[in-house]
Amino acid sequence: MSLDKTDVEKIAHLARLAIDEGDVARYAQNLSSILALVEQMSAIDTTGIEPMAHPLDVAQRLRADEVTETDQREQFQRIAPLVEDGLYLVPKVIE
Amino acid sequence: MHNKTLAELADGLKKKAYSSQELTEHFLARIRTHDGALNSFITVTEELALEQARAADARLTKGAGGPLTGIPLAQKDIFCTKGVKTTCGSKMLDNFIAPYDATVIEKCHAAGAVMLGKTNMDEFAMGSSNETSYFGPVKNPWDTATVPGGSSGGSAAAVAARLAPAATGTDTGGSIRQPAALCNLTGLKPTYGLVSRYGMIAFASSLDQAGPMTRSAEDAAIMLNVMAGFDPRDSTSLERAVPDYTADLNQPLAGLRIGLPKEFFGAGLNAGMASVVEAAIKEYEKLGATVREVSLPNSRLSVAAYYVIAPAECSSNLSRFDGVRFGYRCTNPQNLEDLYKRSRGEGFGAEVKRRIMIGTYALSAGFYDAYYRKAQQVRQLISEDFKQAFREVDVIMGPTSPEVAFRFGEKSQDPVSMYLSDIYTIAVNLAGLPGMSVPCGFVNGLPAGLQIIGDYFSEARLLNVAHKYQQVTDWHKRAPEGY
Repeated sequence: MSLDKTDVEKIAHLARLAIDEGDVARYAQNLSSILALVEQMSAIDTTGIEPMAHPLDVAQRLRADEVTETDQREQFQRIAPLVEDGLYLVPKVIE
Repeated sequence: MHNKTLAELADGLKKKAYSSQELTEHFLARIRTHDGALNSFITVTEELALEQARAADARLTKGAGGPLTGIPLAQKDIFCTKGVKTTCGSKMLDNFIAPYDATVIEKCHAAGAVMLGKTNMDEFAMGSSNETSYFGPVKNPWDTATVPGGSSGGSAAAVAARLAPAATGTDTGGSIRQPAALCNLTGLKPTYGLVSRYGMIAFASSLDQAGPMTRSAEDAAIMLNVMAGFDPRDSTSLERAVPDYTADLNQPLAGLRIGLPKEFFGAGLNAGMASVVEAAIKEYEKLGATVREVSLPNSRLSVAAYYVIAPAECSSNLSRFDGVRFGYRCTNPQNLEDLYKRSRGEGFGAEVKRRIMIGTYALSAGFYDAYYRKAQQVRQLISEDFKQAFREVDVIMGPTSPEVAFRFGEKSQDPVSMYLSDIYTIAVNLAGLPGMSVPCGFVNGLPAGLQIIGDYFSEARLLNVAHKYQQVTDWHKRAPEGY
């Protein structure tokens, strides 16, 4: 599977990554070579093989439905780039 | 003082040969002298270290404390440290001061260990050479023209250069074992789920695991005793009692069944590397072990499966970096999409962006079955190969890395050639098994590592197997010249 510049631009958009115009060709080449490596998997038949999600046969642990976390909004917002009145600020979304 | 093992240092502290403050000052001075050239630390926490050292001394004076009380450690900068910058090697987190401690950090602090600082690493742990760090590459103290390996390259270089007695690392595809091999250290990646991942910045959540990087197997056991254990704050942490990993270090190896996967000794393995690994296996035969060939036929596909699974999980994990809640934010965003795109585009380096894009592509509509599902099926086959092998043998041995430390720039232009540095380590992560790297000799003057792989939860056995070898060899005691 070989990716061209249009593919890279589409993927970068899906991943919300700004890529410099001048770097797109290099990414297309790099990503294509990685996909060529990944293609090796097609050499084996995996029909009927159960996909492995976890190395050990364990079930997701559940906890009691109780409040365990305290409100730490101030502490967490102290490291935010831009906040006001307890809210995270982003560029205007609704006109 | 800096050549002593953790057990020796603890003994000296107990006998008051030196205080933790003196020990800490000694290592801080070594960091000041040598780290300008090595770049193994991103942040040195001098003040905090001395404060912790004084607290440890008070504890030791009362006759309290354990094996790590008062011992200086280096922490990989992937672990969140409250009040101390945690960067994960990225511009994205250059300004990030974590609001809490990772469980591993909390456990080290509770044990009375002293944190010297946070070590350099490949950006978001994505790399095998430390060249992807935003804070510049780390030099290998054995030859500063070569890489220390990665992603835990800062931890490896710091311990190898005796700037810290031991360090923590994390291993998603070989990031503890490969730098340990390239810097002549003992490194252990535990069974998936043994060490808590809480507060450890996520790369590929089904593979990530933390472990110790030390100068001996005994030191690794001492570290693992503190690091391992159930943590309700990590949903993948295993609810299991943890043994004392130092208890069985001296068990005799007579009757140990070693399996050598024929796939690990084929084309692609450097001839010098093959011969030092074979010599190490001969030592094991002298210790009473028996050796037989095993086969891991699907392991040849491990790099291919990994480069779907790890990028897919990273593309999801790293979506949290959006320029809104913490981390880097671009200037003058025109709109919300521009804020996301430029914050991420400017905050992440090239390798991280490559992996996010591969993962995004693999998970995108229409490709999921061909890539992610297929990779998880291959992963099952790789895991079954190991299960089959462990019916016949107790441990599997082979090289950690196909070659010794390579030169800067040698692989950084070609991602695929870099990825193949982890060809022997990745299968272990995919299967979730524990694996170690142990110094086993030198090739062209640079260290080589023997990889020892065990069945699930066999860490105590692996440490025993490594320790007995270190009783009859002295490779692990060799230090790079000038340190």
